[in-house]
Amino acid sequence: MAKIVVDGVEYEVNPDNNLLQECLSQGLDLPYFCWHPCMGSVGACRQCAVKQYRDEEDKDGILVMACMTAASDGAIISIEDSQAKDMRERVIESLMISHPHDCPVCEEGGECHLQDMTLMSGHNYRRYDKKKVTHRNQYLGPFINHEMNRCITCYRCVRFYDDYAGGTDLAAQAAHHHVYFGRHQDGVLENEFSGNLVEVCPTGVFTDKVFSDHYTRKWDLQSAPSVCTGCAVGCNTTPGERYRSLRRIVNRYNSEVNGYFLCDRGRFGFDYVNSDERLQAASKRVGGGLQAFDEAALSGLLTEFADGEMIGIGSPRASNESNFALRCLVGEQNFYSGLADDEQEATQLVLEMARDQAFHSPSIREIESCDAVVVLGEDVTNTAPRVALALRQAVRNRSLDLAADCNIPAWQDAAVRELAQNERSPLALLSSYASRLDDVASDCVIDSPAALAQQGFAIASELSNQAAAAESDHGDTVKRIAQQLKAAKRPLIIAGTSAGSIALIQAAANIARALHESRGAAIDLCLLVPEVNTLGVSLLANPDNRLGSALSRLAAGEVKKAVVLENDLYRRAPRAAVDSALAKAEQLLVIDQFETATTDQADIVLPSTAFSEHEATYVNYEGRAQLSFQVHRNYRGARPGWRWLMEDADGNVEDLINRCAEEATAFAKLDDLLPAAGDFVASMKIPRQSHRYSGRTAMRSNVNVHEPKQPIDDQSVLAFSMEGIPASKDARLMGAAWSPGWNSNQSISKFQDEVNGELKQGDTGTLLLERSGSGQWYSAPAQAATPAGELQVAPAYQIFGSDELSARSPTIRQRMTDAYVSIAPKDAERLGLKQGDAVSLNGNGSLATACIRTRIKPGTAAVYCGDGQINPHEIGDSVALTKSDVAGERSLSGLIVSDLYEEDY
Amino acid sequence: MSEMSNESTMVNNVIASSATRARRLNAEEIAEIEHEMELYPDKRAVGLEALKIVQKHQGWVSDESLLAIASYLDIPVADLEGVATFFNLVYRRPVGRKVILFCNSVSCWIMGCDSIKEQIEHRLGIDFGETSEDGDFTLVPVPCLGDCDRAPVMMVGDDLHRNLTPEKIDQIFEQYRKQLTADG
Repeated sequence: MAKIVVDGVEYEVNPDNNLLQECLSQGLDLPYFCWHPCMGSVGACRQCAVKQYRDEEDKDGILVMACMTAASDGAIISIEDSQAKDMRERVIESLMISHPHDCPVCEEGGECHLQDMTLMSGHNYRRYDKKKVTHRNQYLGPFINHEMNRCITCYRCVRFYDDYAGGTDLAAQAAHHHVYFGRHQDGVLENEFSGNLVEVCPTGVFTDKVFSDHYTRKWDLQSAPSVCTGCAVGCNTTPGERYRSLRRIVNRYNSEVNGYFLCDRGRFGFDYVNSDERLQAASKRVGGGLQAFDEAALSGLLTEFADGEMIGIGSPRASNESNFALRCLVGEQNFYSGLADDEQEATQLVLEMARDQAFHSPSIREIESCDAVVVLGEDVTNTAPRVALALRQAVRNRSLDLAADCNIPAWQDAAVRELAQNERSPLALLSSYASRLDDVASDCVIDSPAALAQQGFAIASELSNQAAAAESDHGDTVKRIAQQLKAAKRPLIIAGTSAGSIALIQAAANIARALHESRGAAIDLCLLVPEVNTLGVSLLANPDNRLGSALSRLAAGEVKKAVVLENDLYRRAPRAAVDSALAKAEQLLVIDQFETATTDQADIVLPSTAFSEHEATYVNYEGRAQLSFQVHRNYRGARPGWRWLMEDADGNVEDLINRCAEEATAFAKLDDLLPAAGDFVASMKIPRQSHRYSGRTAMRSNVNVHEPKQPIDDQSVLAFSMEGIPASKDARLMGAAWSPGWNSNQSISKFQDEVNGELKQGDTGTLLLERSGSGQWYSAPAQAATPAGELQVAPAYQIFGSDELSARSPTIRQRMTDAYVSIAPKDAERLGLKQGDAVSLNGNGSLATACIRTRIKPGTAAVYCGDGQINPHEIGDSVALTKSDVAGERSLSGLIVSDLYEEDY
Repeated sequence: MSEMSNESTMVNNVIASSATRARRLNAEEIAEIEHEMELYPDKRAVGLEALKIVQKHQGWVSDESLLAIASYLDIPVADLEGVATFFNLVYRRPVGRKVILFCNSVSCWIMGCDSIKEQIEHRLGIDFGETSEDGDFTLVPVPCLGDCDRAPVMMVGDDLHRNLTPEKIDQIFEQYRKQLTADG
C-alpha cells in the first residue's frame, strides 16, 4: 500500500494503479471520459487533470493527467486547485464545441456520463458561436443507433469494440475536427458484443435501437436485479419496464461473473416477453381447440389433475423453484430433467467433474486471469458468448507480463498494446470449424469431434504417463500445446456438452488431471452447458431418470398422466418417440410461455411467466446459484411455473427456496441467496422505482383517471413502488446504479469496494457444489468408422437462434439465419452442392442450406439446426447429404463467418 | 424464418459485406505491393503504401480498390479506411488529371495567398475539394509545402510553383491547359 495526499487528506492506495482510479476508489469525484475501469488509460481526453506537487514545500505544482500518473507513495495532489479546475472546465468546453443541444431528444439524456461530467466540471455556457461540425450517420443493424454529431472523440468505442472485443468493422476514421467512428460503409455491426457500445459510449453516439423504439428515461423505468437466461453463464442484468412492457436490458455489475459487459443475445434477446404470441390464459383442449378455464375452475384444477401417478418432465430453461415444485408434485422417482438423453449423460459427467477436487470451475473473472488455454470442441462465441470475451482478455496476460518486465504499469493500455504487438498468451482452439476467436488463437486444430477428442487425450498423455496414450494426427501441435500448458502459471481447459461428445469432456478432464498430478493444485476446468439452468435441473433430477425412459413409460401406458414444465419435447427427442408417448398419455398438462409443438398436444395448457415476471434462482455453468428478482407483473394470466404446481396457491417463493434448500441435496446453500430480514431499515421494502419516477398519477389516465393502488408484492423484499428505502444502502438489491451527480452507469464505482472490486454488501452468488475425492482417468474411445459416402456430424450453434426463448424475440430474429450445413469445398464438389443450395439430410425431410466454408475438415458436416427447423436427435453421428429440389426461402443471410468459400477468390 | 429489414445489408464476410465488390488488383500493383511487403514485419503496416501504389496507378482509391487492398493484405477494411481517410492526400473521390496542392498556412497567408486562391477560383471555377468541370484540375489545401521563404507556393501535379501572384496563376494554368490538351 502507498499513501497519497489529496487536497490535504491522506489516503491509503494501491501504488499499482493510477491516480484517477484510486481517487474514484476513495469515492472522490474527478471527471473523466476516455478511461474505463476495465480498459485502462490512454490519456486521450485530458479531462482528469489534477495538480501534482513535488513535496510539501512545493506551492506551485504542475498539472498532470490523473489517469496517466501512478498513485505512487507520497504523491501530493489537488483536485480542487483552481488551475486544475480551470483546465478541466476548458477541456470540456472544447470537447463540447460541436456537441448538439439535443439532450431532450437524446436517449442518453438522464443517464449520460457527458452530462454528469459537464456539470461536475462547471462548464455551463457555450462561448463558441460558429458552425458546428456535423456528420452523416450510418445504418448499423437492428441493435444500435448511430448519431455521430454527439461524439466527443474519447475513442472509448473503438477501444472496446476493436481492442477489447476483437471487432474488425468499426474504426476511427478521418482526422482532426472531423474524426468519425463508424464502419467503412453502412451495415450491421458484426461483433457479438456490439451492444456494449451503448454503455461504453459516454454520450449518445451509440444508443439502443430497440429501446429507442419505445423509449423511457432511466428514472421512469421500473427495474430490479435480474439474471440473464440466454445461456449458462448467468450474466447479471437490469431489465427496465414501463407501461406494462419490458423496455430494455442493461448490464448489472457482478465482479465474478459478467463484470461490465453483456453479449448481444443477452442484451437484445428479451422482447419476446412483450410478445402477443405469449400464452395468455389457462386453457383446456375441447375438441380440436383450446378453451380458457373460468376462474372458478382454476382453483381445483391441480388437485383434480394430480390424483394418481404421473410423470413430471422439468426443463433446463425453468427455474430451480419451478423444477423443484414439479418434483414435489410428482415425486422424485417420477421427475425427469427434460434434457435430451445424450445431453443428460454429458451433463452428469460435467457434474462429476464439478465435484472432483482435482479441478476448479473458473468464473469469468478467473478465466480472464488464465495464461494458457485449450478449448476442446466448444464454439464458445455461440454457446457461452461471455466466455469468448473473457478469453480475449486471457490472451493478453502475456502482454501484461512483458509490460511488467519493462516497468510499464498494466493500466497504461496503449503502451502495453504497443509493446506486445502480436505477442499473446497461448490459446489453442480445437474445433470442428473456424471460430470467431481464431484471430487471437496460437493454434487452431480443425477436425471432426471424434478426432478432436483424440487430440485431447494425446495432449494429456504428453503431460502425464498415467494418462492413456492416444493417436494424434497433429503430433507437433499436440506437443506444443502440452508444453504451453506445462509452462503456464494458470492453465485452463474448456470443453462442454454442445459438441454432443462424451469423449471430448473426458479428454478435457484427462488434460486437467494430468496437470493436477504435477502441480497438486486444483486445475481450472471450465465445462460449459447450453442453458440457463441445465445444471440446476440436473441436480434436482435423478441421473438415472432419462427422458427416453419417461417417453417409453408413457408410450407403454405404464403411466397415464404427464406434466411438462416449460419444455418443448420435440427439441429433446426424436419426433416419433415423443409422438407415440404423447399419443398414449391420457392427460397431458403443459406449462409454457409460448405455444410449442408440445403444447399443441396438451390437454391442459397453463401460461407461465417470463424471466422478468418472477423471482427465481438459476445455477450457472460453475455451479453458482444466483437470485433473479421480479421486475414487473404479468398482466395477462401467466403465473410462475411453481405457482401452478403448488397445492398452496398463496405460497411464497422465498418459502419455496427455503424448502428447496432443506429438501434437495446439493441445494443446501440456496437460501444464502435470500436477503436477510435484518438487512432492511425499519422493515421497509426496497423500491423498484427510482425516487424520480414520474407520471404515476397520470400514466394510466387514458384508461381511467383514478390512480390505481400500487400493486402489492407479497413475494419479495422489493416493492412495485417508489416508496421505501432505496437500494443505495445495499448493492445486492440494486437494480440500476445511481449516485448523486452520477446518473450514468459509471456511478457503479460508488458501489464498489474499490474500482473493479466487489460491490459493497454485494452478492456474487453462491457456489452450490462441494468438491471431495478425485475421479478416474479416461481412455480414448475406439474411432467409429463413418459409413461410406456419409459425413461426420459436428453440431453447430449460433448466438442468435440457438437459444429457444431469445429466438422468439423480434429483434434477435432480424439477425437469425436458417438451418445450414457447413461443408468443405471438396465435399461440396463431390456432392454437387453450391453455396446456398437446399440440402436434404439423411433423406428424412430435414432441410438445410449448404454453407461451404474453407476452414472445415473434409469429411465433416457442421449442422446448425436453426430455431427448431431440424430435430438434432434425428441425425446420428454421421449424415448423408443430397441436393434437394425443394425450393425454399432458406438462405445464409445473417450468417457471420470469416471463411465462407467463394469460387472467385 | 429470419426476418430481414429491407435496409439491412447482411454480411457474410468482409468482402461480401460490401454492396460493391472488390476489383482485381492488376499485376503491376500486386508486384509493387509485394515488394513493400518484404520491407515490413507485418501486412497491416503495408496498408498505407498499398493505398499510395493503387492511387499512383488509378489516380484515386475507389471503394472497389479499398476492398481489393484489404482483401489482398487480409486486414479489416474498416481499419484500412481509417488509414485512407486519415491522410488528406489519399484520394477517396476521383480527382482531376492534375491535383493542385495549395498552401494556405501561416507564411503563405501572410504573403497574400487568399488573393491567389481567388484567382484560381475565378479561372478554374473550383473551391477546395472540387474538380473543374473538364476534369483537369482538383484543388486541395495543404498546411505547408516547406518553401516558406518563397511564399505563396502551390504544387500542380509534381511541379512546385513559388512566389505566386494572380498574374502568374493565369500563365501557369494557360501552360497546363496546353500541355493537357497536347497529351489528349
